[in-house]
Amino acid sequence: MKTLPRVDVAIVGGGWSGLLMAKELGSRTALSVAVLERGGPRDPGEYLAGMDELDYAIRFRMMQDPSEQTVTLRHTRQQRALPIRQYGSFLPGSGVGGAGEHWNGVCHRGLPDSFELLSRTIKKYGAKRLPEDHAIEDWGITYEDLEPHYSRVDQLLGISGKAGNVRGKRVEGGNPFEGWRSAEYPTPPVKVPYVSELFRSATTSLGYHPFPIPAATISTTYTNPDGVTRPGCAYCGFCERFGCMIGSKAQPTNTLLPVILKHKNVSLHTGTWVRRIVHETTERASRARGVIYRDRAGEEFLQPAELVILASWTLNNVRLLFLSGIGQPYNPAAGKGTLGRNLTHQVSVAAAQAFFEKPLNRFMGAGAAGFTMSDLDADLFDHSELPFLRGGLLEASVTGSRPIANFGTLPRSVTDRWGSNWKKAALHFYDRTCSLTFLGEHLAYKGNFMDLDPTYKDHFGDPLLRLTLDWRDNERKMVEFAAAKAVEIAKAMGATEAFPSASLGNYDATRYQSTHVQGGAIMGASPLNSVVNPYLQHWDMPNLFVLGGSSFPQNFSSHPTMTILAQTFRTADAIAERYSKHPEALA
Amino acid sequence: MKRREFLVLSAASIGGVLVYSLDRKVSRASADDHAMRIPLRFFTQDEALAVAALASRIFPSDDLGPGAREAGVVIYIDRQLAGPYGRDRHRYTQGPFEDGLPELGYQGSATPREIYRQGLGPLLGVDRRSVAEQDKTLHEIERTLFFELLRSHTIEGMFCDPMHGGNVDMIGWQLVGFPGPRMSNYDEIDKHYGEAFRPKPVSLRDIAGKSVQASEDER
Repeated sequence: MKTLPRVDVAIVGGGWSGLLMAKELGSRTALSVAVLERGGPRDPGEYLAGMDELDYAIRFRMMQDPSEQTVTLRHTRQQRALPIRQYGSFLPGSGVGGAGEHWNGVCHRGLPDSFELLSRTIKKYGAKRLPEDHAIEDWGITYEDLEPHYSRVDQLLGISGKAGNVRGKRVEGGNPFEGWRSAEYPTPPVKVPYVSELFRSATTSLGYHPFPIPAATISTTYTNPDGVTRPGCAYCGFCERFGCMIGSKAQPTNTLLPVILKHKNVSLHTGTWVRRIVHETTERASRARGVIYRDRAGEEFLQPAELVILASWTLNNVRLLFLSGIGQPYNPAAGKGTLGRNLTHQVSVAAAQAFFEKPLNRFMGAGAAGFTMSDLDADLFDHSELPFLRGGLLEASVTGSRPIANFGTLPRSVTDRWGSNWKKAALHFYDRTCSLTFLGEHLAYKGNFMDLDPTYKDHFGDPLLRLTLDWRDNERKMVEFAAAKAVEIAKAMGATEAFPSASLGNYDATRYQSTHVQGGAIMGASPLNSVVNPYLQHWDMPNLFVLGGSSFPQNFSSHPTMTILAQTFRTADAIAERYSKHPEALA
Repeated sequence: MKRREFLVLSAASIGGVLVYSLDRKVSRASADDHAMRIPLRFFTQDEALAVAALASRIFPSDDLGPGAREAGVVIYIDRQLAGPYGRDRHRYTQGPFEDGLPELGYQGSATPREIYRQGLGPLLGVDRRSVAEQDKTLHEIERTLFFELLRSHTIEGMFCDPMHGGNVDMIGWQLVGFPGPRMSNYDEIDKHYGEAFRPKPVSLRDIAGKSVQASEDER
């Protein structure tokens, strides 16, 4: 194995969090930074040629290749886990920019009470209301700690939206339930597709408080504080699973990479698959010494580094910690250990499928074009008499309907699945149906966790990560509640027919939900119940930081990217201002 | 070396105008033309005829418009099976293979190619039977994995970009009013509320101005 020249910082993963950290350290420090991205380079200039539903949205051309590495899944510890042989419920990205290239660009902040979920829930409802095997934790930070960093993300991405609460002052048209923000959004809300206008009008008349989905698919030309300019969205409807053909959607390659390339102290290495974090433990301390990666030709390298920053996707962060033997694996039976605990996945369902008389023109859209509402979210409604805790966002967005995925969504009265009757119904309803989406919180449970699989291996022969994951009654009853509300709304929108979501049942790896998988290396105020401290620094190893969704103690309803980026800013501050001068524990 | 297989079709036997894609080229045949020879990448001719017949019962050509036959669905499926998808190039295929809960997805070792070849075995010649008999055959296999693949692939072949061999002349997109990779809907998205807006479809080649490598042509 060849040993490379030492760098100050090795960043594992070239997606949103890794490249944001690289940009910050490159701009603000003289540290030498090497970003190691296992996928290939990406050329946003080629995204126009990628507007192909089959290869990108059905065959997943921008995603990690499961033939190289996947995960195994079981619902309970009593079952034997089997590999997820083709991706379904989540779609991790590969290549420079990671999943940040093919995201929809929905940019919610977390609601303030989410960060103190355990203490606030106990205070209001008492500990007895918590589910029996819950593993809910507070984050160790509050919304106030994150607000300045959320605002920096707003500016970085140029997010389009409407504020509801500017420094405590209520603003009409925004979300009245949001945490305070220091300023209005940098750009005005994006245009409103027909379906979303029907939703806005219906929910307003029903007494709800709809607001425009905050969007990284920006409404108009915007230049960010780094001097990077992006154009306004063209509503082509090719966001999710695609790169943006005009660079309107904020992506790491169009928002961070142009700045990073100017910094001589930052280098980006593609095709470098990190297999281990090398570390040493003495009586006094544990320290990361660098990482070992394999390149495309199969050769292994040791990249020595003073500081290692893990910034790959949630499940890969956690797996790398397991493979490297860093931290104490979680043992739910004994209630010991922390690594791998609190696996959560945002609850995402079509709460209602609605059918209309008029055509909806749903091919026109953008990843974050639409209206949503927080009325049924978090603890914004009283749960004293309800059979579940918490809630979620209910919304009507039009991300752009494409025909392979959407042909054949039919009222339940149509039972044919092929032939002339099916064709007739499918043609009629093709552009006369839409879903109202519910995005709900997933609480943490002791029985939902990650460890290494004893049987299945990746293409190098390393064990796959094993997920033990299933829904509980809290999520199932929450979805039933939201689905009933969604059907009412659909009727108020003028739907001639609307049916509620099927029961959530057991965790289904074949149904796409979101790529918002969280936990495993969670943050917290104490090393007894968390893996990283509130600065995302490993409790046991001060020169190792772990960014990303793996730090979330549990899922909150909204999408995680804003919070991942805000936390990355906060950690970058801590490294640039404090750690670089005194490389020791920050908390 | 394997004998080169062709799908030989008589345009006259189908009637009317027939449009088929021949290795990236669109060809039109009218009722006056002689038989067409379409080179196959995976299927034998007998298999292709059976798939064409079954796909056109799944998505029939009728008074509501064209179907799988005119869209070239069999050509689309032939190319997909010949390419990386057909041999599970990007699926996790390490053993052991065990049956699992349906929520874990397909756990078998058979590739799409193998599922087709096995599924088609007893169905060869179905194209020579009556439409009623073809429908009966489909009902009999409705619960098989082969049927699920055939149904999904028929929809894919109806609505994929024409570069993949199906959706010839964008007839699938015209059927449902999908305009393809249309560059901008900026001026229209917040207009046409409640009324159909149906711009003329464009293909990926139209907007990219060059041919794009399709996944089925990757190694």
